[in-house]
Amino acid sequence: MDDLNQYQPFEVDQHLTAHGNYWAGRAGSRFYRALRDRRRILGSPCRNCRKVFWPPRSICTFCFSELREMVEIGPLGTVETFTLVTYAEPVHPRPAPFIYAVIRLDGADTGMAHFLDEVEYERVHVGMRVRPVFAPQRKGNILDILYFKPL
Amino acid sequence: MNERVAIVGVAQSRFAPRRPEVNYAELAYEVISRVLEETGLSLPGDIDNAVSCSHDIWDGQTISDIGITDVIGGHLRTEEKMAMDGSTAVFYGAAGILSGEYSCTLLLAHTKMSQTNRNIVNNVAFDPIYTRMLGFDYTSAAALQARRYLYKYGLKREDFARVVVKNLRNALLNPCAWNGREVTVSEVLSSPPVAPPIHRLDMAPDTDGAVAMILASEERARAITDRPVWILGMGTSYDAHYLGDRDLADVKALREAAARAYAMAGIRNPRRDVDLVEVGEEFSYQELLWIEGLGLCGRGEAARLTASGATAVGGSIPVNPSGGLLSGVPINVAGLNRVAEAVIQLRGEAGERQVKGAQVAVAQGHSGFCGQHQCVVVLGT
Repeated sequence: MDDLNQYQPFEVDQHLTAHGNYWAGRAGSRFYRALRDRRRILGSPCRNCRKVFWPPRSICTFCFSELREMVEIGPLGTVETFTLVTYAEPVHPRPAPFIYAVIRLDGADTGMAHFLDEVEYERVHVGMRVRPVFAPQRKGNILDILYFKPL
Repeated sequence: MNERVAIVGVAQSRFAPRRPEVNYAELAYEVISRVLEETGLSLPGDIDNAVSCSHDIWDGQTISDIGITDVIGGHLRTEEKMAMDGSTAVFYGAAGILSGEYSCTLLLAHTKMSQTNRNIVNNVAFDPIYTRMLGFDYTSAAALQARRYLYKYGLKREDFARVVVKNLRNALLNPCAWNGREVTVSEVLSSPPVAPPIHRLDMAPDTDGAVAMILASEERARAITDRPVWILGMGTSYDAHYLGDRDLADVKALREAAARAYAMAGIRNPRRDVDLVEVGEEFSYQELLWIEGLGLCGRGEAARLTASGATAVGGSIPVNPSGGLLSGVPINVAGLNRVAEAVIQLRGEAGERQVKGAQVAVAQGHSGFCGQHQCVVVLGT
């Protein structure tokens, strides 16, 4: 007979794998086509709120009006904040350590979170001016911008 | 319609880095059976609604409350899961009672962080079209917020480290906490960098655990207990999803949620009217940012307030006398634990960590990276 008060905990091993294809939407489709085919970065202006959003979107965050227009922003921008990731995870597209930054592209009112490279972490500062490095073979995803680097 | 809602019972599990001896349902039963025993209530007869808080990807099952429906009294009865932090379960549970539809509601939050990898789970919180592919998680996002906060107000990592020193010391006096210890500011500063300015000791550790709570209408509460703790006010608010949309050094959503909760509670001056605060600091800097958002000091002033000792137990406005999340509390459970700790204080049952004469407490919870969704609950005796 089993002892009702004694047992060895047992783990059930699980591994979930899922592949997704997410429609980028009206603004996102135009953004990714411009990035992939022309190396241009687009944002969404709201004329009511006098703001230009990145990521581009079809509805204004503030006044809920429909946004149909798109404008080119950047490619130069300014570092607003940054960090150095020291740990590795399978979801990282690059090996650690690497630098993340939020970059306010010229002509935009919101920042883009992306990688910063070709710079030593100790030299990165808020206010640093940067430009994007585009992937030579662009596939229509956010890594068509490989990273930003100092001017 | 019911006029007031009281918290009539709380039970917290043993929090630990790993609880391999129990599954979700058994962990939930541990706290549900204790809170029923404490209040003298029974399932199914005395409880007419249940609200739970858990997270699909942490639990490895969509509609994650399926794993606990039976032990929460949900079989062939009412049970709803909300997807925010556990503090929001208090919000929805109380709203159901105020509506008059329910009179006695069982709340539960559970998470076992040991069962998977927090960075991979939290990566899925980032939108799939623009940002997820870059590999962000809550820690790297928090590091961007912490850096912006340091920059905006000219703070130093020492300012964050003082929160760690205080909370881990408070945790030594909390029997539920497992991560209590004496550390120095220099030990926090020299702990290994994770995503600077966040270092290892600036982070809440992975923890398994659960919290249960019972809410009741005023009429039911009077019959159940002679020491109800009243929900005086509550409010929630969302900020933008994208990191670059927000001023990361400000917490507009928290200020909005707090304004609603204070207005409902009739609190005009929280610095004067609040006796203690429990906030969800997944990372040390968040305690400073959240107490600014709660209006307990001006923006950029929380570091000075903390350095002055005002936020210690015995200070003018104790913050996280429990030891907070740094003491070892699971994500999702975090906010229900904040409310539970506030209840324990207001009942005068906090033992060595008791804030003397506590009559009004504020509990704050948040979910999403960098505190995107905020919930504030004001409690009183």
